[in-house]
Amino acid sequence: MTKRVIERTLSRRDAIAALGAGVLAVAGARLIIGPAQASPDSAEAFMSKLIGGRATKGGKITLKLPPIAENGNTVPLTVSVDSPMTASNYVKTVHVVADGNPNPEVASFHFTPASGKAQATTRIRMAKTQNIIAVAEMSDGSLYRTARNVKVTIGGCGG
Amino acid sequence: MANKIKIRVRVPKTAKKGQLIEIKTLISHNMESGQRKNKKGGKHPRKIVNKFVCKYNGKEVFVSDWHPAISANPYLAFFIRAEESGKLEFSWTDDDGSVYTKTASIQVN
Amino acid sequence: MTYKSAAAYVVGGLVALGMLASASAPMAEGYENMVGDKKSGYHYSTPATQSIQDDDFNNPSFLWVDQGEQLWSKVDGKAGKSCATCHDAAAKSMKGVGATYPKIDAKSGKLINIEQRINSCRKNNMQAKPWKWESNQLLGMTAFVKLQSRGMPVNVSIDGAAKPYYEKGKNFYNQRRGMLDMSCSGCHVENAGKMVRADLLSNGFSNGFPTYRLKWQKLGSLHRRFRGCNKNIRAQPYKAGSDEYTALELFVTHRSNGLKVESPSVRR
Repeated sequence: MTKRVIERTLSRRDAIAALGAGVLAVAGARLIIGPAQASPDSAEAFMSKLIGGRATKGGKITLKLPPIAENGNTVPLTVSVDSPMTASNYVKTVHVVADGNPNPEVASFHFTPASGKAQATTRIRMAKTQNIIAVAEMSDGSLYRTARNVKVTIGGCGG
Repeated sequence: MANKIKIRVRVPKTAKKGQLIEIKTLISHNMESGQRKNKKGGKHPRKIVNKFVCKYNGKEVFVSDWHPAISANPYLAFFIRAEESGKLEFSWTDDDGSVYTKTASIQVN
Repeated sequence: MTYKSAAAYVVGGLVALGMLASASAPMAEGYENMVGDKKSGYHYSTPATQSIQDDDFNNPSFLWVDQGEQLWSKVDGKAGKSCATCHDAAAKSMKGVGATYPKIDAKSGKLINIEQRINSCRKNNMQAKPWKWESNQLLGMTAFVKLQSRGMPVNVSIDGAAKPYYEKGKNFYNQRRGMLDMSCSGCHVENAGKMVRADLLSNGFSNGFPTYRLKWQKLGSLHRRFRGCNKNIRAQPYKAGSDEYTALELFVTHRSNGLKVESPSVRR
């Protein structure tokens, strides 16, 4: 793709216009989000419930998400776990939660040895800049965790 | 596409035994999150596809639970290991109980 | 919302700008759609958005294309005809057609775009009810017809009877309007490539429409986009399918001449 080049910094006029757009955009976002919100704490609590409060390790699991989402409605997400996917050693489940959406739950993917490869791709909604957290549960009960921050931009207009 | 659910599924027609194949699926669905306000000040009731199941010759090989954070017109790609010729059945379960299905066949050599 | 939180958003935007400026992503799938200094909107999308368009199977627009394809051979109306009755296989008969609209309708002498052409066919030749603007049927058929020209250069004519429409569209494009007193050209010609907060302003070409917009979460027409743009600058939007927007479509599409048809594309 063409390099996305910024040719200037914002002038005062632009900043004022942006401020106006921001007020509207944020007001709009508030309408969509409503009062109840997942917080980092509630997302962790929800994940903890999903995995029965057991301890997690780092490694093995990879979350692929864009660093910046130009629209929070449709953010491509790929999760993959390093595993031989044999009958005795495979990934059972990957849980994905978000800590800045109205509700923390996003999706769970349940694999089997017949999956061959523990990878799934989908597209998710993100109400604002936040962390996406994924935990993989292996067939031996061990748990691996990863998280990624995605900045969700609010368009200048984008009508 | 409120009126009629459309489904697209991509499965390779043939594969070698033991080969990993990627399956891509797409279904037309608004995935009404239950968060969107209506004009009366209430909310549009939640109506999403909450479960996806892939069966390979009758056996569940991949299942996914979905929540309102899944985008409209849900896309899902995943893998299976081709072991035998046969049928792949895909099903999506709606909050209202409807089940949308699609099947594909694969020839394994 | 307080002033402080608004300021935080602007600062957040500036941080994002810095990150965007330093990102030099590779060309996704080697796809390129540039002619001279014209760059398709594709090049103003992030790699994540481009990736949804790069593979037709990832592109949700094709849910509508499938519908259009089915409708192509479906008999409708009192004349007992389908599109295929007269036009046979779309892959052959519609090849290149989408690249040349809007154009002057020989019968009425008026400028029409693809949507209007489809509905005129339905009304006059099939004696069927015209589809509503922005209906899944009309979007699906438009996308299906335009898909047959994908990869071909946009090539609309502004000669002869089309000239006054072109001039009308050009005037619309350059006319400041709305409470913000902005024109199309102010953003998409004079400031293309620059940021409006977190949005990178494109050249505003029409070669990808109808497009699946992430914001809309569905396929949408160029006229819907015009309406959105007009609303953003706090101007009273015209109706989709109005003479004003069809003339504007001619001007915008003529600006896009030479770029490859990308319909149905994916944009933020």
